[in-house]
Amino acid sequence: MNRFFRRQRYLVDHTLSSLRRHPGRNLALLIVYTLLIFLLASVLLFAGSLKREAALLLRNSPEIILQRQVAGRHSLIPAAYLQSIGRLRGVRKKQGRLWGYFYDPVVRANYTIMVPARDRPAPGSVVIGAGLARERRLGRGEYFTLRSAAGKVFSFQVRDILNPESELVSSDLVLVAEEDFRAFFAIGPEWYTDISLQVANPREVVKVAEKLTELLPDTRPILREEILRTYDAVFSWRQSVVLVLLVGSVLAFLIFAWDRAAGLSGEEKQEIGILKAVGWETGDILRMKFLEGGIVSLVAFLAGYLLAYLHVFYSPVMLFAPVLKGWAILYPAFRPVPALDGLQVATLFFFTVFPYTLATIIPIWRVAIMDPDMVMR
Amino acid sequence: MIELHQVNRIFNQGRPNEFQGLYDIDLDIPRGTITCLQGPSGSGKTTLLSLVGCLARPTSGRITLDGDLLSDLPERFLAQVRRSTFGFVFQRFNLIRGLTVLENILLPAYPLAPEYRALRTRGQELLARFRLEDRERLAVEHLSGGEAQRVAICRALINDPEVLIADEPTANLDSTLSRELMAIVRQLKEEGRTLVMASHDPIVCKDAAIDHLVTMRDGRIISRGGPHGRP
Repeated sequence: MNRFFRRQRYLVDHTLSSLRRHPGRNLALLIVYTLLIFLLASVLLFAGSLKREAALLLRNSPEIILQRQVAGRHSLIPAAYLQSIGRLRGVRKKQGRLWGYFYDPVVRANYTIMVPARDRPAPGSVVIGAGLARERRLGRGEYFTLRSAAGKVFSFQVRDILNPESELVSSDLVLVAEEDFRAFFAIGPEWYTDISLQVANPREVVKVAEKLTELLPDTRPILREEILRTYDAVFSWRQSVVLVLLVGSVLAFLIFAWDRAAGLSGEEKQEIGILKAVGWETGDILRMKFLEGGIVSLVAFLAGYLLAYLHVFYSPVMLFAPVLKGWAILYPAFRPVPALDGLQVATLFFFTVFPYTLATIIPIWRVAIMDPDMVMR
Repeated sequence: MIELHQVNRIFNQGRPNEFQGLYDIDLDIPRGTITCLQGPSGSGKTTLLSLVGCLARPTSGRITLDGDLLSDLPERFLAQVRRSTFGFVFQRFNLIRGLTVLENILLPAYPLAPEYRALRTRGQELLARFRLEDRERLAVEHLSGGEAQRVAICRALINDPEVLIADEPTANLDSTLSRELMAIVRQLKEEGRTLVMASHDPIVCKDAAIDHLVTMRDGRIISRGGPHGRP
């Protein structure tokens, strides 16, 4: 082993022995640090997973949804618009959609009632989301009763329950037959809620949307990309809310780290003075202390991130899940798919390990550049 | 070998608590001799030792080692000089608590990065020489004053320095241990090392092995000569 490596090995040895010499203090620091990383990483991992899941589920959704606007608000769209759209080049498929919201006072939750594009239930039967089934304790073949706005009671037989894998977006869903939908909401056959469109060339989506706006000026086309961005923004916003709440903890930790380092104990200063007096260079001491901080922060980072990973992807108890998924009665029983985002790991590393190392190394550097005589005095 | 010319040391220069520790010090320390600085507390002995051992820089004046100017060297080179030329025995031993006796002794050698086995052997030889072989793995906070002093000497000798600097080496020792220490000092002199010590202990200052006795007061050298009034 050449001299350079031997010197580094001696530094590492001394660093490890230095860590061993203050087990209580270092353990306390490690626990606080790990907890902080755990909290931040849990939020990032869970929010990232929600975004990925939403993107995955919306992958097969229509490229354009056309809504009619009346006085700036979403209104029912005439079925006749389908004929007008049929004249546009580039539109591969068009379909009127029927959907609406219903507040169920029994469980104090909002349902999304809609007519599916395919596999429509027979009149008098419904397919419901797993969250709703759970909340209303409904199983296949059982009856599900709703009272319409006109006060009429509708009874539906549960034909099926939607796959829990899509629960993030289908938890509160009630799929009904077109006749049942129109009867329940008192909507005539000349109206749809909106129109979904598929475009032959995905690169022409924006162009088709522009043509739609020209053709039907009282409508607003909503692109799939926009919906994805909205989901992304919503989850990012929720993630930010939690992160902002955690900023206090981060700052408290940094103050703690700074205070610990800035208020170098007499013993620590003495040690730096002794090492310099016996021939250690300032660089050796900084490397040793940098290594010491690096070991603590790296162990805390790995432990915190690993715990967060296990917590988010494998543990049944999820902190922050209600906040990140959204406030609702019908919480989706969503199980995030394990995934690792390199950029996310790097960002978290940069915003936690880097400030800590800086907060600890600067005060040490200020002591280490002094004459050993002054430090020991 | 070590020469100080018109050396001044001012602490906290330019601040309200400015204080001059040394005034116009001229001193020659020949190779292979023992120089003892004596004087009351606050007379500047420790400050002068720090300057001789490159633990601090003079505010003005020149310090040379074998003709090479030390007082203007950058910190990195001063650290090299400290570890290759000087060994230090501090008044309060300045051992690092929590480390074992052997770990403390080996510390000055780490930047030189010798083979570990050879280094360890050297450390063990020093421990044996100072009758501390059974204390090798003991944490230094469990040592007696005399043992700690001997460990500090072992640490000072690990890099085989030409110059040994000792600040009040007997301050924490009883008279028996102080005489033992002086026996060690004589051995080191016989090995050809240069020793610079600060003390106001008569056991040290009046020892026959002392070649130069420098008396200080209020930051100035007021007399110099042999231990028994010899010029």
